[in-house]
Amino acid sequence: MNKTVLDLWVGLFVVAGIAALLFLALKVGSTSVVSASNSYEVVARFDNIGGLKPRAPIKSAGVVVGRVADIRFDNETFEAAVTLRLDNRYAFPKDTAAAIMTSGLLGEQYVGLEAGGDSKMLKDQDQIFITQSAVVLENLIGRFMYGQAQEGAPQ
Amino acid sequence: MLKRSIENLGNRAIQAVWRIGFAARFFVAVLLHSGTAFRRFGLTIREMYFTGVLSLIIILVSGLFVGMVLGLQGYETLQTYGAEEALGILVALSLVRELGPVVAALLFASRAGSAITAEIGLMKATEQLSAMEMMAVDPIARVVAPRFWAGVISMPLLAALFSAMGIFGGYLVGVQLIGVDEGAFWSQMKSAVDLEQDILNGVIKSVVFGVAITTIALFEGYDAPPTAEGVSGATTRTVVTSSLVVLALDFVLTAFMFRGLN
Repeated sequence: MNKTVLDLWVGLFVVAGIAALLFLALKVGSTSVVSASNSYEVVARFDNIGGLKPRAPIKSAGVVVGRVADIRFDNETFEAAVTLRLDNRYAFPKDTAAAIMTSGLLGEQYVGLEAGGDSKMLKDQDQIFITQSAVVLENLIGRFMYGQAQEGAPQ
Repeated sequence: MLKRSIENLGNRAIQAVWRIGFAARFFVAVLLHSGTAFRRFGLTIREMYFTGVLSLIIILVSGLFVGMVLGLQGYETLQTYGAEEALGILVALSLVRELGPVVAALLFASRAGSAITAEIGLMKATEQLSAMEMMAVDPIARVVAPRFWAGVISMPLLAALFSAMGIFGGYLVGVQLIGVDEGAFWSQMKSAVDLEQDILNGVIKSVVFGVAITTIALFEGYDAPPTAEGVSGATTRTVVTSSLVVLALDFVLTAFMFRGLN
């Protein structure tokens, strides 16, 4: 069987197609999941997680340091237990505080970590004790209305 | 009169079920007789030239224009929310998840699918397939299977080229023409598009579409009445059926892939 011009064209087509796939994979997309091998997990308990979802980013000083791995409801403490998967490259003190924040007015919710001053660092399966729940708009409005009503009440 | 129309309806339903059964048997036969398509890969390469390489122009040009339109329309809408930087996300996600596989499949069905049906239908009408059987050459292994595998291999490559070209078109309009920040365009796109959830699912979609379109095209050709009228009718049916099947399958696949993504 001889090589033909046709083979060349088909070869070019396949090379171009694979190049397009590589372009999509490398330039357009990225794996957002921190792999289990080079990460550690800590648990944080929140009274209210608002609209936080699995795979939401965890940011410290605005830099993404991990992803939310799992969200469960703890039926004993009636709190949300959020498993945070953090990159091995970043270590945080034991008294680090976790808060649920919103990027922008309508943006996605993420977990913000604020490093504390402890000399011991968080290890795998540790728990973060200082947490701040998500701000729920309805609660804010309710509090505001309550305040207004009290102001207007006759002394 | 009434009895006649009810009889007609029933007859049609039975014929349709019959055809579906025959198509399923045909599909299995193609898979079973695929050995030749790989042992003599030259046959498959030849068909890839006709289905893949010759579809390149239409795929690349439409991809470019679809991406450019997405850039313009997306900018208009995002601008009202002051989120022009998210243009990259909008263009990339809509292309990689939906438009790339679906529009490429629709174009592929009308460009390559119709050609396959006409070719096989005409081979049958001119009794070339019967002649092969007379010479103890299995027409399914020699004619049908290479075309099947050529279509299945070409389709994901074409869809990827369509998406890549579309993103380039969106970049041309958004960044070069309108002036969205280039860094934000690419970095926001990269942070929002997920390799597994978005790109891999898009590729899976295009493979499924490739299988569906080539199977329908080959079956319609193989099943076409051996007349000029029959072949032309089969060609039309290929384009209509495979377009509808692609859209229906797209809904089913999307429901499986992206439901409960968050």
